[in-house]
Amino acid sequence: MALTTTTNAASARLENVSKFYGEFQALRDVSLVIPPGKVTCLIGPSGSGKSTLLRCINFLEEYDRGGIWIDDRLIGYDAVGGRRMAPGRLREMRRDIGMVFQQFNLWPHMTALQNVAEGLERVKRLPRAQAQRIAAEALAKVGLGDKTGNHPSRLSGGQQQRVAIARAIAMQPRIMLFDEPTSALDPELVGEVLAVMKQLAAEGMTMVVVTHEMGFAAHVADRVAFMERGELVAAGTPAEIFGNPADARVRAFLQSYHDRNAFDVQAG
Amino acid sequence: MFSFETIIDNLPVLIASARYTLLISGLGCLLGLIFGAVVCMGAVSRSRAARRAAAIYVSFFRGVPLLIQLLLAFYLLPLVGVNVPALVAAILTVGLCAAAYISEILRGALNAIPRGQAEAAIAVGLPPRDIWTRILLPQALKISMPSLVNELILLVKASSLVTVVGIVEITRMSQSIASATYRPLEIYLAAAFLYLAINLVIAGVGRTLERRFAP
Repeated sequence: MALTTTTNAASARLENVSKFYGEFQALRDVSLVIPPGKVTCLIGPSGSGKSTLLRCINFLEEYDRGGIWIDDRLIGYDAVGGRRMAPGRLREMRRDIGMVFQQFNLWPHMTALQNVAEGLERVKRLPRAQAQRIAAEALAKVGLGDKTGNHPSRLSGGQQQRVAIARAIAMQPRIMLFDEPTSALDPELVGEVLAVMKQLAAEGMTMVVVTHEMGFAAHVADRVAFMERGELVAAGTPAEIFGNPADARVRAFLQSYHDRNAFDVQAG
Repeated sequence: MFSFETIIDNLPVLIASARYTLLISGLGCLLGLIFGAVVCMGAVSRSRAARRAAAIYVSFFRGVPLLIQLLLAFYLLPLVGVNVPALVAAILTVGLCAAAYISEILRGALNAIPRGQAEAAIAVGLPPRDIWTRILLPQALKISMPSLVNELILLVKASSLVTVVGIVEITRMSQSIASATYRPLEIYLAAAFLYLAINLVIAGVGRTLERRFAP
């Protein structure tokens, strides 16, 4: 079993997804198609529901209304009857969905290698030696072949996030979710993580990326979706969203992004 | 006149009695750790019934003096047809009592583990049992190591209470020797140093474990 280019990328379909925290509606009837083998970026201001939506896709967050299908399987609820899905079936579906978190969430008491091998041993039930071989392969793939014995505390933020990506890809997911993967990183470490993500994209992995990296969204994404206040305001190609957005809210968001990141010095 | 001779003469017997102190506090702590982990899982469970049961357990074993618990076990167990040696009853009672404190120690440690640790495990697809044994408990144990060492030291000293069910550990043995030799000061001083030595070793091992657990 080698870590080869994705051949069976999954698609996802979100239909009228709503989510409530008590009275507060975090997601408002969000519908979105995630095409297979493509990169979809979710952008928008903080608190707009991007991360919540992403976390609904592997049911880490429960949605209350609507449906999310991975290929053609509804996640979280039984297709018939609508009751909560049995835990075992949910776990089985999650095996196909890799996730990378803002805070890496590596297990600090395990080495990089064991972080990656854990799922292979405990979920895929591979023998230890085989699990470790695949884990080493996954770490080599993200450029950390020489760091297998390090604990997370002995790795930089960028290296930790790459271990986290290796942990996800070692399970050979068919779709990957990235929740602001570079937001916790020092600016000079962002590039190495984005490079690994670009490589995955080039291999045809289905990727859903919540990001504030507009450059990444503009250059790597196939589709960009803009959210605000729990609503999906606009979705389209990067050219459509960044070039000449029809919606005023998208324009305002991008303008504030430009203002924040502009560094021309006023002449005299 | 201070008599070193009395101490030296009686030291072997005193040290021999220390094995009961060690047995009761050591096994009691081990049982406490196992039961404590179970009670803690109940306390943080989604099930309201499990949380309620854990809360009642902790209230009882933490709220009733260990001395009374030992006496209750001693008189109650035979009444319900359980005939076990006093030593077994004592170890069990100490373990059950320690579990109440240890479950609270572990609960505090679990709360200190970032939510993302379990989320990453869920996302990878680990079943709940593995999330507990592989991800959460090892980290909780590490965080709570200083408190657990503290608890074990408290148990070593609390084990003197088992004299009420007739077990002759360090304290009880000291009392016997003191009344036989009329040398209470020397004997109790020896007992004090014996307890101190045991607890210094435990504290030292605890330090080493803490360092070992640190990545």
